[in-house]
Amino acid sequence: MRRARSGLPAAITLSLSLLSAAPVAVADQVTVVSWGGSYSESQRRAFYEPFSKATGITVLEDEWQGDMGKIRTMVDTRSYQGDVFDAESAHLVSGCDAGLWEHIDYSKLGFTPDEFLPGAATECGVGSISWSTLFAYDADAIKADGPQSWADFWDIKKFPGKRGLAKDPRWNLEFALLADGVPSADLYRILRTDDGVDRAFAKLDQIKPQVVWWEAGAEAPKLLANKEVVMTTGYNGRLYTAITEDKKNFKMVWNGQGVDFDYWVIPKGLPNLDLAYKFIAFASEPERMAQQTAYIAYGPLRKDALAYVAPSILPNLPTAPDNTRNWFKSDTQFWADNHESLMERFNLWLSQ
Amino acid sequence: MTSRTHDLMRIGLEPTARARLRVNRQSVHALMLIGPCLLFLLITFAVPIAAMLFRSIEDPELADTLPHTAAAFQAWDGVGLPPENLVRIFAQDVAAARETGNIGVAARRLNFEVPGFRGLLLQTARDLPDPEAPDLLQRLSEADARWQDPLYWRAIKTAAPRFTARYFLAAAGLQPGSDGALVQPDPNRRIYPTLLLRTLWISLVVTVLCTVLGYPVAFLLATASTKYSNLLLLLLLLPFWTSLLVRTTAWLVLLQNEGLVNHVLVWAGLFDEPQQLIRNRLGLYVAMTHILLPFMILPLFSVMKGIPPVLMRAAYSLGAGPVRAFSRIYLPQTLPGLGAGALLVFIMSLGYYITPALVGGPGDQMLSYFIAENASATLNWGMAAALSLALMACVAVALVIFARIGSQALRLRA
Amino acid sequence: MIMPALSVTPRAWRIGAIALSALVFAFLIAPILVIVPLSFSADPFFSYPIEHWSLRWYAAMVGDDPQALLWQRAVVNSLIIGLSATLLATCLGTLAAIGVWRSPRPLANAVTALMISPIVVPIVVTAIGTYYFYARLGLVGTYTGLILAHAALGAPFVFLTVAATLASFDETLLKAGAILGASPARVFRVIMLPLILPGVVSGAIFAFATSWDEVVIALFLAGPEQHTIPRRMWSGVRDNLSPTIIAAATLLIALSIALMLTLDWLRRRSERLRLSPPVSADRP
Repeated sequence: MRRARSGLPAAITLSLSLLSAAPVAVADQVTVVSWGGSYSESQRRAFYEPFSKATGITVLEDEWQGDMGKIRTMVDTRSYQGDVFDAESAHLVSGCDAGLWEHIDYSKLGFTPDEFLPGAATECGVGSISWSTLFAYDADAIKADGPQSWADFWDIKKFPGKRGLAKDPRWNLEFALLADGVPSADLYRILRTDDGVDRAFAKLDQIKPQVVWWEAGAEAPKLLANKEVVMTTGYNGRLYTAITEDKKNFKMVWNGQGVDFDYWVIPKGLPNLDLAYKFIAFASEPERMAQQTAYIAYGPLRKDALAYVAPSILPNLPTAPDNTRNWFKSDTQFWADNHESLMERFNLWLSQ
Repeated sequence: MTSRTHDLMRIGLEPTARARLRVNRQSVHALMLIGPCLLFLLITFAVPIAAMLFRSIEDPELADTLPHTAAAFQAWDGVGLPPENLVRIFAQDVAAARETGNIGVAARRLNFEVPGFRGLLLQTARDLPDPEAPDLLQRLSEADARWQDPLYWRAIKTAAPRFTARYFLAAAGLQPGSDGALVQPDPNRRIYPTLLLRTLWISLVVTVLCTVLGYPVAFLLATASTKYSNLLLLLLLLPFWTSLLVRTTAWLVLLQNEGLVNHVLVWAGLFDEPQQLIRNRLGLYVAMTHILLPFMILPLFSVMKGIPPVLMRAAYSLGAGPVRAFSRIYLPQTLPGLGAGALLVFIMSLGYYITPALVGGPGDQMLSYFIAENASATLNWGMAAALSLALMACVAVALVIFARIGSQALRLRA
Repeated sequence: MIMPALSVTPRAWRIGAIALSALVFAFLIAPILVIVPLSFSADPFFSYPIEHWSLRWYAAMVGDDPQALLWQRAVVNSLIIGLSATLLATCLGTLAAIGVWRSPRPLANAVTALMISPIVVPIVVTAIGTYYFYARLGLVGTYTGLILAHAALGAPFVFLTVAATLASFDETLLKAGAILGASPARVFRVIMLPLILPGVVSGAIFAFATSWDEVVIALFLAGPEQHTIPRRMWSGVRDNLSPTIIAAATLLIALSIALMLTLDWLRRRSERLRLSPPVSADRP
């Protein structure tokens, strides 16, 4: 909202603009599909708006929740509802294996994969950010000696109150094992056994009655802000935005954080490839990537970009030295293999 | 038909034939009017749904991506490890599928059978030994010991046929065992029967709630003077016409922890701290009852409106007490309206998606949610189609039962 | 006498029914009454009492910043899709209702059953069915796809309301018209249409309201260019329940009231017409 109006003029402007706004027919537009909330907001400010200004190409926004079924239908029927998608590593890998993403032609982007952090510039996707899943608590509700570890997160006696968890087995099983005393290096070795999965679910059973489940990433800080929970898992960037912009007294616990990357991907067979590449190239410029950190605290994946990041933001990125004393990287292969069967079990477990 | 009989008929049946011709012409006219709409609904609605439902018995992935393997493994007895020639056909198919980029589709499909098969197949495809080499199974097993486990080979056989009953079995909480008999899978994978029961239960509770709350309101509406009943009717129609999403949103705002209802409860001293009223069954019942209540009241109202008050008066004058007069005289006459309202509420509840998704918790999601989930997120069209069919069957059964009860009620009334 | 049945029903029952009904009506109306004022609150929290009044959440929907443009586009999309689907559904549904009215009984029953199936089939099933099929025709993410799907949902309502009007239509009027030498088209336009018009318009309103309120099919079929108001509200509600959503909801409520009152007026008008001789239909 640029100009705040009030009263009658606003009402008249509203009705007039509603009447006059015809469907906009634009020659060049690119549809970027991302995850909504403050994350999309950061992309809008760092990428979409400057891109439109620089090139005259309109950026249309849409949201998804990683529903690969829609991508499959889109590619099979060649009816594309998006040109560029923001994908997590699990979607990147499963889509790449299944032939759903274009293979990236780095020569069209004007940079090479080795300009990125290891594992960030891949066959099917160009890395954009590193993000962390961790937990935060409401420092107004828990004053002194706040929780320090996943074991504390599980400790209902010491820290009474509801917990927020994502409605997905991913991350939760890892956190449960960490709370159960598994060292982060052994997580996936143990999860690959049936006993390990049983152990994680048994640990989750302990706090199940206390859990409020969230789905979209934007819900986690909202649960904390509405005091529906005293602590919740969430994405570090969204929690950080709630702390800095909405002035919430949340504390993040980096100990035992799980890190993953997001990638720009293009659905296979897209007719408008050049536009998609143009957008990805723009969004991968080091200055642009650094600009995004001003709006949300996710780490840029291009090596040069770190030089442009404001020093005050650096300690809040998942890759900051203080934050990586005890952490783990999400095992994409494990989740690509097991997400469906674990999701099924998780859904059943939830409904019991 | 010979020309002779034809002539005979023409002579003998002249008037009837002309009458029939007239009827036919009328029918043709009628069909010309109905035709466009029927054709439209067929193309935009019926055929798409039928095509989607067909997916519930289809299992084309392996048959399409590893065609020779699919054919050969169907003939295999499935005991122990497969013979060398089958392994060779499999290796050749995998090599071909890797060329065309279809290997991921086969890997996904097999991962449904054995979690982890996806990674195994993709890795194997990457480092595939020469399909023409001798001792192929041995070579595969050296690369990954899992190929020595008959489990994986049996999974290929299971996924090979193009048509399958597995989705319906899964919906019923069953799966085919290794020897062909039906077995119950381990309890951690048996979700759908629970879901079906939950969907029916929620719909039933909402229907009962709507009946209990709606009956007195409809009675009041039907017996109040026109001046009042018109006003009340408008009050009833306002929520009826308000967007479902708007009403669901309203409940979200009202029932959240910092919402008005919680404020009132705490202020009134009923609770010390805000209670959780949304993301659970309670919130779902409240919101669904609110949304569906008009569908119960309106049919009841129109039936009650037609019941002459003189009947009740007669019952009283003949000495019936209020309870008796109500249960013997009034209630039976309102049964058609009650049946219609209950039917509407029940079948609409069965298909609810938006409201549970927003107001309900994870344990309150209904069949529709999992249909959408299977279609869009996990890409399991077969399962989505089988569940759709199960949901439509519930609706159909409800329609039939209510039609029976309805006609009986009408007979009672007559 | 305010309550005519009072004399025959024991007083306690009556009072019980009134008390319960009052509660039920409060239950029905309260959520709507409560959220409308919240949209005029200056605070971003949904709390009472409202201290400062403002139109800022409505102002957030006008102007030219990206969020406002998205809302404006949603309004335009809802109108385009709703009106087109209504037009299609009204034409097809009206013709079909007349056709069924003129058909022999068994045919009429069969056609009616088919015609109302879009109302009975659960919306998610319709949504994924159309999605699966339309995707193959390249209709996903297009206005055409959404319009066709919404028209299919709306046509049964037009069919039902027109059929209800026709039930009291006197067929001899058509014969009279034909005998006086009017062509079938003229008979339809001059005699039939004015009389069934209330049914047609009611059906059209129902069809429009169906499309205007529809979100599940839009979730599957609409691309970002076709996002309708409910579709935008859906992502807003899931993501971040802001007062702008409540402002949009209030606008939708206002439109609902307008549609409802129009329908009520039509109902009264047709009741009036039914009581007076049909000739008066042409009188201004």
